[in-house]
Amino acid sequence: MTYEFLQQYWWFIVSLLGALLVFLLFVQGANSCMRSLGWTEEGKRLVINSTGRKWEFTFTTLVTFGGAFFASFPLFYSTSFGGAYWLWMIILFTFVLQAVSYEFQNKLGNFLGPRTFQFFLVLNGLLGPLLLGGAVATFFEGSNFIIEKNNLVDATALTPIISRWGNASHGLDALLNPWVLVFGLAVVFLSRVLGILYVMNNVADEDIRSRGSVRLLGAAIPFVILFVAYLVHLLLKDGYAVDPATGVIFLEPMKYVHNLLDMWYLDILLLLGVGLVLFGIGKTAISPNYVGGIWPAGIGTVLTVLALFLVAGWNNTAYYPSTADLQSSLTLANSCSSEFTLRTMFYVSFLVPFVLAYIVYCWRKIDAKKLDKEEILTDHAY
Amino acid sequence: MQNILLNIDTATIDWSRAQFALTAIYHWLFVPLTLGLAVIMGIAETCYYRTKKHFWKEVAKFWQKLFGVNFAMGVATGIILEFEFGTNWSNYSWFVGDIFGAPLAIEGILAFFMESTFVAVMYFGWKKVSPGFHLASTWLTGLGATISAWWILVANAWMQYPVGCEFNPDTMRHEMVDFFAVAFSPFAVGKFCHTVISAWIIGAVFVVAVSSWYLMKKREQKLAVESIKIASIVGLIASLGAAFTGHISGQQVAKVQPMKLAAMEALYNGGTEQGLTAVAWVNPFRQPDYANEQAAPLKIDMPYALSIMATNDPKGYVPGINDLLNGYTLPDGTSEPSVEEKMERGRLAIQTLADYRKAKAEGASKEELSPLLATLSANMPYFGYGYIRDRSEVVPYVPVNFWAFRIMVGAGCLFILFFAVLVITSFRIPYVTIITRRLLASLGLIHESHADTVGADALPVWHYWLAIALVPLSYIASESGWLVAEFGRQPWTIQDMLPTWAAVSDLNSGSVAITFFLFLILFTTMLAVEINILLKQIKKGPSA
Repeated sequence: MTYEFLQQYWWFIVSLLGALLVFLLFVQGANSCMRSLGWTEEGKRLVINSTGRKWEFTFTTLVTFGGAFFASFPLFYSTSFGGAYWLWMIILFTFVLQAVSYEFQNKLGNFLGPRTFQFFLVLNGLLGPLLLGGAVATFFEGSNFIIEKNNLVDATALTPIISRWGNASHGLDALLNPWVLVFGLAVVFLSRVLGILYVMNNVADEDIRSRGSVRLLGAAIPFVILFVAYLVHLLLKDGYAVDPATGVIFLEPMKYVHNLLDMWYLDILLLLGVGLVLFGIGKTAISPNYVGGIWPAGIGTVLTVLALFLVAGWNNTAYYPSTADLQSSLTLANSCSSEFTLRTMFYVSFLVPFVLAYIVYCWRKIDAKKLDKEEILTDHAY
Repeated sequence: MQNILLNIDTATIDWSRAQFALTAIYHWLFVPLTLGLAVIMGIAETCYYRTKKHFWKEVAKFWQKLFGVNFAMGVATGIILEFEFGTNWSNYSWFVGDIFGAPLAIEGILAFFMESTFVAVMYFGWKKVSPGFHLASTWLTGLGATISAWWILVANAWMQYPVGCEFNPDTMRHEMVDFFAVAFSPFAVGKFCHTVISAWIIGAVFVVAVSSWYLMKKREQKLAVESIKIASIVGLIASLGAAFTGHISGQQVAKVQPMKLAAMEALYNGGTEQGLTAVAWVNPFRQPDYANEQAAPLKIDMPYALSIMATNDPKGYVPGINDLLNGYTLPDGTSEPSVEEKMERGRLAIQTLADYRKAKAEGASKEELSPLLATLSANMPYFGYGYIRDRSEVVPYVPVNFWAFRIMVGAGCLFILFFAVLVITSFRIPYVTIITRRLLASLGLIHESHADTVGADALPVWHYWLAIALVPLSYIASESGWLVAEFGRQPWTIQDMLPTWAAVSDLNSGSVAITFFLFLILFTTMLAVEINILLKQIKKGPSA
């Protein structure tokens, strides 16, 4: 196992966690359309209770995604989180609101009222995917930061801080880039598509299922338009390449097309992923009794996002480009942990299949019987 | 170095510290109750599994309901803490991220998924999984929370006692060289045991308080009595365990963070045969004049106790604040340099590192770099002191450490007494129970008619009120422990390596102040909602 292999391996693990996180945003997507899906108070409660049994997976995956990034690429952690301060703080703020909303909203003693917490769920359902999508888009579009490690010891430097943001907006400037917004909105609509498909599968209620199949196209069409637009833009734009011998970063025309050509297996991953998402949407829209669309669409989402993450980081590409100073851009080699740490964490990552196995086992046990109105009235419910 | 430090907005450092402290303090309001209730509800469900009596299922479900209300807030505040290492302490994240990131990632993979998976089975699986699988899920939820505590405390302990790492001048950071030294550092083991065991006290006090309220109201008496029995045993074991592990933690602090111990004790001038301060007047609102005072005013101490606590030897040497500032020589001849000397050597390390990087960038050979590396290596243990501008900066704020330590220890002693009396009066321990109850009756503490009656429901009303009053005290004691741990290591984010002002992010103070107040409002509002929900749930009882 070489140091380079470990860097590529850890980028794969981080990418996989990122892809799973985007899939698990179905919780946010369903919450953002709880009113149109649920329609009545009882229906909304069914939607909330359905996502309420999964929200911790999304939350935990977000935390683990952050932890894995910290362990494997600490320079990204310090640069992006410390620099794009407001972007990450707003994301965290909405996730905190979400975390308490399930447990508190219908409890006796909630003096803020259930609607307050339902509003929090919708807010998180819209802002969470938008800003997380925006943050992912900066992997291709770049961010405004400068890194100078010598600051820590240079008496003539302006500050001893290694990573600095190039402007005072601290991350909100990303939202001024229309392509960041396009990608962010694509993730919002994708999360709504997945949310609708998930609720249709998880809740045994004909009203909700019929409303879901009607609402599905309203989310799927804008998603497909925005996603295709961004994909075309990505393929045509200049990319941030790195010379592996010198570590010098330079702009390469159509870099991401070159990446897809060089890594043909990612083309298969991407096409398979997009195909599965479209299949999940299409079959649900056409077949009135089909409620299993979340599975192909969910697997497709994981494959597609995984391919995009790998395109961003593999094949000598700067995965977190700097628009303020090209040579400050982060690559797998210049931002990763030491070989010892990556190797140690490599062994730790063997636990992941075991963790996934018990999650799947428990999930199947809990979901064996679909959620219905009776269960909410007679069992533990939010 | 002085010049570049001047360019950091000191308000940014203060607000960043305040924000981290706010998040940590709020987080620690929810986590100990989660850890403590997990044990008690696990025992209750085990009773149900063994006896198949519906009563025990109701007991377990009741405590699980309260657990759930509290659990969500612990999760919510926890995520902020993890990301604040990056958002507010970006230099720190790079400088030690190679070591510090690993425990956080392992915590996510091992603990958070376990918690989040099995907590769902615990709540929604009563009718969907077998009783054995459900019981396992309940215990695994608690185990997940405890494993989470392990890894975050490994990370915290490493900041207090950095081990298993080496500085790499090419990458400009510390890098891990021994994972097991980090993961199983004696400081981490001690901290984990003390923290988790003390969290069980909060769970036990909470359960006794809620049960006492039912007994006062003459409601849910069976649930209350049986819950008190479980909680009193958990509480007694935990409070004795906290005292023992606290002693071990104290000895470790004496070894690796002597300045913290000196601040905890307001020990200005140390020496051999040191007594442990029982009482003294330390003004809570200003740093004492330790340089000119011989000792804190009105000091009454327990002879030899501090030397025994710190060194296991009544004649052991314990340095005071001035000894640590001026340097001292131990009775065995080994000496510790003064802070000025450490600052000098720290600056030499920083300058040598700058020279090394410049020489390397200019293409210097290995032979040319070798003496620079030797100088750097010799002075690296004092690297952090290179950022110190004045010797007074290495002295933590004594009043907080002094009083917080006393509150923690005083409350700990009270808990031992409280739970001991509760166990004796609640269980029929041959001779001991009746003799104790008669003794309490003769002192007028319980009614004469209850002298020979065993059980928690035969205690006077004041005892129930005391149990309820102990709930806030248990939180104050637990938070005080954290205040000692974290205030006591100031100004270091990592002991002797990196002071707070070299660890912070490049942010303006206004941004951090705004997020501080946003979190303050959010956490406070949510805490108020949580307390109100808990009170209503308790008032409604198990049938709610």
